[in-house]
Amino acid sequence: MPRELLKGNVAMAEAAIRAGLQAYFGYPITPQTELLEWMAKRMPELGRTFLQAESEVAAINMVYGAACTGIRVMSSSSSPGVSLMMEGLSYIAGTEVPVVLIDVVRGGPGLGNIAPSQGDYNQIVHGGGHGDYHPIVLAPASVQEAIDLTVLAFDLAEKYRSIVIVMADGSIGQMMEPAELPPMHPLPKEYPDWAVRGAIGRDRRILSSIYIDPQDEEVVNFRLMERWNEIGENEVRYREYFLEDADIVIVGFGTAGRVALSAVRAAHSQGIRVGLLRPISLSPFPYAKIEDIANRAKTILVTEMNSGQMLDDVLRAVRGRIPVEFYGRMGGMMPFPDEITAEIQRLATQTPVPDGDPRKQWMERFGITLHGLKSNN
Amino acid sequence: MVSTAPFETVYQRPESLTDFPTHYCPGCTHGIAHRLIAEVLDEMGLRENTIGVAPVGCAVFAYNYFDCDFVEAAHGRAPAMATGIKRVLPDRTVFTYQGDGDLASIGMAEIIHAAARGENITVIFINNAIYGMTGGQMAPTTLPGQKTTSSPNGRDVEQMGFPIRMAEILCTLDGAGYVVRRSLHDPKNIRLAKKAIRLAFEAQQRGLGFSLVELLSTCPTNWGMTPLESLHWVEQHMVPFYPLEDFKVSPTLAGLRVR
Repeated sequence: MPRELLKGNVAMAEAAIRAGLQAYFGYPITPQTELLEWMAKRMPELGRTFLQAESEVAAINMVYGAACTGIRVMSSSSSPGVSLMMEGLSYIAGTEVPVVLIDVVRGGPGLGNIAPSQGDYNQIVHGGGHGDYHPIVLAPASVQEAIDLTVLAFDLAEKYRSIVIVMADGSIGQMMEPAELPPMHPLPKEYPDWAVRGAIGRDRRILSSIYIDPQDEEVVNFRLMERWNEIGENEVRYREYFLEDADIVIVGFGTAGRVALSAVRAAHSQGIRVGLLRPISLSPFPYAKIEDIANRAKTILVTEMNSGQMLDDVLRAVRGRIPVEFYGRMGGMMPFPDEITAEIQRLATQTPVPDGDPRKQWMERFGITLHGLKSNN
Repeated sequence: MVSTAPFETVYQRPESLTDFPTHYCPGCTHGIAHRLIAEVLDEMGLRENTIGVAPVGCAVFAYNYFDCDFVEAAHGRAPAMATGIKRVLPDRTVFTYQGDGDLASIGMAEIIHAAARGENITVIFINNAIYGMTGGQMAPTTLPGQKTTSSPNGRDVEQMGFPIRMAEILCTLDGAGYVVRRSLHDPKNIRLAKKAIRLAFEAQQRGLGFSLVELLSTCPTNWGMTPLESLHWVEQHMVPFYPLEDFKVSPTLAGLRVR
């Protein structure tokens, strides 16, 4: 297919359609709305289902119902809307039906703002809905990757009967880049053997997340965990840059990782031994890769567009073997490459504190900058 | 003298109803409502074509009793889940079965918007004026003065607000094709309830939009009554407050004669 200039939200929508999406249910919310609008135009053209729900609560439950029929179905939203979907996501996880969700993350907490953020990391990766389940979470850093991961999301959702969430910060949704869309995937003619589509010539099927006998629920919990272990073995994804001889390793995902790459490239060309690990699957998280880095590098700097939510996962993998530092922007602010460059240069010249609290150290460093900015106003 | 004529079957379990032992309390009218739905599905030949959506509440296990495909929704979300199914499979018959807490409290947005969209589904709404499964708390349909575990001195409308008449609200929406209220407190009304359920499914078959049958029902356990007392209570207290009327009947159905 030819490369086109595409907006991230539109690109993800069209990628989903070409991946065989048969039904979309959503609710308008910035900075995700163009995705819903694209679906509103394209899905009926193709004779497929588009419906604007009365709320994100309803949207995810419509997705739940449609997923029970064994088709490819998705929704999309942004942070506050995704919070409302957590109930439905837990039910979907408990019923073991495949669903794809795109979260175009914005600044928070609360109403926050509509600027790009990665503040949903904990909500998406570590939690949200009640009960024991894990979604697969994929974080793109470009429009092309957003397309590719959206297509992958449907395959993984079906393969593991799992929720797959594409977590794109607002900038991925809003920016335009040249990218290539996949060819149109034919729609399936057969449906899975668990799908509820009417008991025509067969025994009835029931899809439910209720297991009233705790012994039965524990069996399901075990099955979900076994599947999660399998996902952990097979579906860890990341990109690495200049890691072979890196003393300083930056770890950042999505846009924060992409911004860091500019700084890493510049510093590397100046002879600083710095590399970048950009996790693509935030869940399952590349723990083993980071453990490997901790055995070879001297320092890790985690950079995120939040208060250090992924930082905790990096610390879990590093387990104190090398110092870990943090640099983040919050509230819808994005880091510029020169901010990361300054951090790299600081780490290249200073000896890091081995047992420091990376979040507090960052707050002290960054607070000075922030106050300095204020006094200049 | 013993007759040698062959026996004639005059009453049997509908095909659409499984022989799963009931979990409902003695005297509860859920079983009657289930049977009426199953009879209608049998008579219309819809069993294999039907997908049911169970609620949260006493009927959370409704899927055990119907011999058709079923899904189990989150509390109040059955109309949204049914929407998802029906939009993907428009030629299937989709119905939800919901209680008053599920439909008129936590699921108010979902039911209103399903009706407003003219979602071509059938909703069987069990109104027993109380939360049954959680043990007898105040429902949105609890009558003024009615004692429940969360209104132990009786529902004080000044403080707790007023009961909601759902059928009257839903019939105002253009997307609704059939909205009626019936009661399950005596044989005559049960027969009328069955006709209404039949017409609701007929409405869906004809693509007339949203159809709902509200059924006044008993909860002897949580009302603290015998089954017989609870049937009388429906007649004496609920029917005057929740009138048994046809609130909206699409003209297409008006001339239809059903058993």
